[in-house]
Amino acid sequence: MSDAADADVLTIDVQGLNKHFGDKHVVNDLSMQVRKGEIFGFLGPNGSGKTTSIRLMCGLLTPDSGSGRCLGYDILRETEQIKRRVGYMTQRFSYWEDLTIRENLDFVARLYEMKDRQQVVDEALERLGLASRADQLTGALSGGWKQRLALAACMLHKPQLLLLDEPTAGVDPTARRDFWEELHRLAADGISVLVSTHYMDEAERCHKLAYIAYGKLLVQGTADEVVAAQHLTTFAVHGHELAALSERLRGQAGVEQTVAFGSLLHVTGSDAAQLEASLRRVAGEGLRIEHIDTSLEDVFIHLMKRSTDNYAGTS
Amino acid sequence: MNAARPFAWFSWSRWWGIVRKEFLQLRRDRVTFGMIVGIPIVQLALFGFAINSDPRHLPTAVIVAEHSEFTRSLMAAMRNSDYFDIVEELHDENAGRAALAQGRAQFVLNIPADFTKQLVRGEKPAVLLEADATDPTATGMALSAAAQLVSSVASKDLRGPLAHLMPADPPFEVRVHRLYNPEGITQYNIIPGLMGVILTMTLVMMTGLAMTRERERGTMENLLATPVRPIEVTTGKLVPYIAIGLIQATIILLASRWVFGVPFAGSVVAIYLAALLLIAANLTVGITLSSIARNQLQAMQMTMFYFLPNILLSGFMFPFAGMPVWARWIASVLPLTYFNRLIRGIILKGNGWIDLWPNIWPMGVFTLVVMLVAMRFYRRTLD
Repeated sequence: MSDAADADVLTIDVQGLNKHFGDKHVVNDLSMQVRKGEIFGFLGPNGSGKTTSIRLMCGLLTPDSGSGRCLGYDILRETEQIKRRVGYMTQRFSYWEDLTIRENLDFVARLYEMKDRQQVVDEALERLGLASRADQLTGALSGGWKQRLALAACMLHKPQLLLLDEPTAGVDPTARRDFWEELHRLAADGISVLVSTHYMDEAERCHKLAYIAYGKLLVQGTADEVVAAQHLTTFAVHGHELAALSERLRGQAGVEQTVAFGSLLHVTGSDAAQLEASLRRVAGEGLRIEHIDTSLEDVFIHLMKRSTDNYAGTS
Repeated sequence: MNAARPFAWFSWSRWWGIVRKEFLQLRRDRVTFGMIVGIPIVQLALFGFAINSDPRHLPTAVIVAEHSEFTRSLMAAMRNSDYFDIVEELHDENAGRAALAQGRAQFVLNIPADFTKQLVRGEKPAVLLEADATDPTATGMALSAAAQLVSSVASKDLRGPLAHLMPADPPFEVRVHRLYNPEGITQYNIIPGLMGVILTMTLVMMTGLAMTRERERGTMENLLATPVRPIEVTTGKLVPYIAIGLIQATIILLASRWVFGVPFAGSVVAIYLAALLLIAANLTVGITLSSIARNQLQAMQMTMFYFLPNILLSGFMFPFAGMPVWARWIASVLPLTYFNRLIRGIILKGNGWIDLWPNIWPMGVFTLVVMLVAMRFYRRTLD
């Protein structure tokens, strides 16, 4: 394959994936594409099927129906080839806590039949900054270090695609920032990344986003596209006693959601005129109201509410 | 993208990675490590020193209504048989029953008044031996020894004018020749049998836990996401347990030779071969259980379920020939049954290969069938 066409190469290209667990429809008609060198963010509430979707793509689960390719290999028949070229970081730390850091990396290197194993492991330890603690048991590491080790281990065999399942859950902000800088470096080198997260700041750092709820992919695109697609208008209200105001606004014409941000209240709705009228009427004097751009967070909260309603309506 | 390399169905590098990992983990798992050495030693001590199916020195009470030369020598003969320890003398039958009921005595010997007089007159009087027969093992051997007391007393005391009371010689005799274990030493039978029991218990349990542990700790997901193959994981995980099985077999062999003095009639090579066969059978059972079980607790419960018929029906504790047909059918499926015959055959009887063969092939068949089941149940995905 030539390098020129790289930008159009689809690392992940799946259509109509379905997966049931018993009578639960966990993944519902999932179709999505991830391009080479793209960081693709996977968002959605807990239990929405993010982990299952990721597992479907790397051959850990077999879809009930649907088809697709991952790195050019069929996700149903060529899982062995996919496994060799994909780095998968599980949601829960899944390396061996009763092995030392070096032993874990060495074990992974053996499973991928790497040449120059010793050197690869040494380099990974050096990069991690764990060279001096290489002989410590992994179980003794803190959460942040475990996460860094897990990333290093799933990168060891130089995969072309990284599947990261909530990699930064429970990691402090500095470590998270470092982690994302590393992801962008990797993406610049042509590695594709599919990452699930609950953090808005992380979502904003992805090239593309998808929002998934109750197994359904509701929207995908760049952050701007996702926001624009919902056609929402948001006003910010500055002032005190916003909780009471939020209470009064609920159920008013045009007001679809209110979200408090400290001394700020975001009021969102799809009908801009109606929303503004209701807001002016209820808020009264002494409060500053301004029209702002709808944020990704407002959109996600909106999506989550809507999908809950839909789900409740159908069942 | 590099060209698709043909995917090897088995990679020694990956397999060796699994083997190394298992050894490293085992080395750090002190409890398991202690079990490997501890279980054989504890069981050897219990079965070798504590348990005795031929109990002696059983507490015996006597009710003697009449003291004479005969009654004295009868009691002396009982004492000398080693089975009876005369612990108290009672006055009447009620006291005798109470002693039995309260467990103070296992036996009560009742010698009636006029015993000697009737004996001398040739009236064939009876003495009564009452036994607490709740536990047949406890009384069985002693009671059969009691039957022989009469002749030993008779030959000592019925002389001179009383010689005519001596029972006549029976018209023919049965000569008994006890082969392989002439002194009937329980340990010679139990200790070699213990090898199979210990191998079955520890290996099935440990391999049963091996796979479920990965699943419970979440590391299975990681393994499944790598290119490692089921056959590499399964066989790689078993290697350390083969080593453990051989270590345990060696501990038991050394103990039976040097601690319990069991005579070795057969070849050591044959013993290890039989042990390897049983190890293989047990490991396949363990792997199958751990593929079926959802978690470690379930694996433990299934192990117990497998272990009970093995210990009870395999001929380790109770003779195979004494069981009803249906129980013998069950026993005929269990590898431990064949192993017990093999190990006793080799160690005590010095059996050769031709004698051993009928018990070798069933173990092979068992291992093969269970391995197929294990392959069927191994989950390649998280489905």
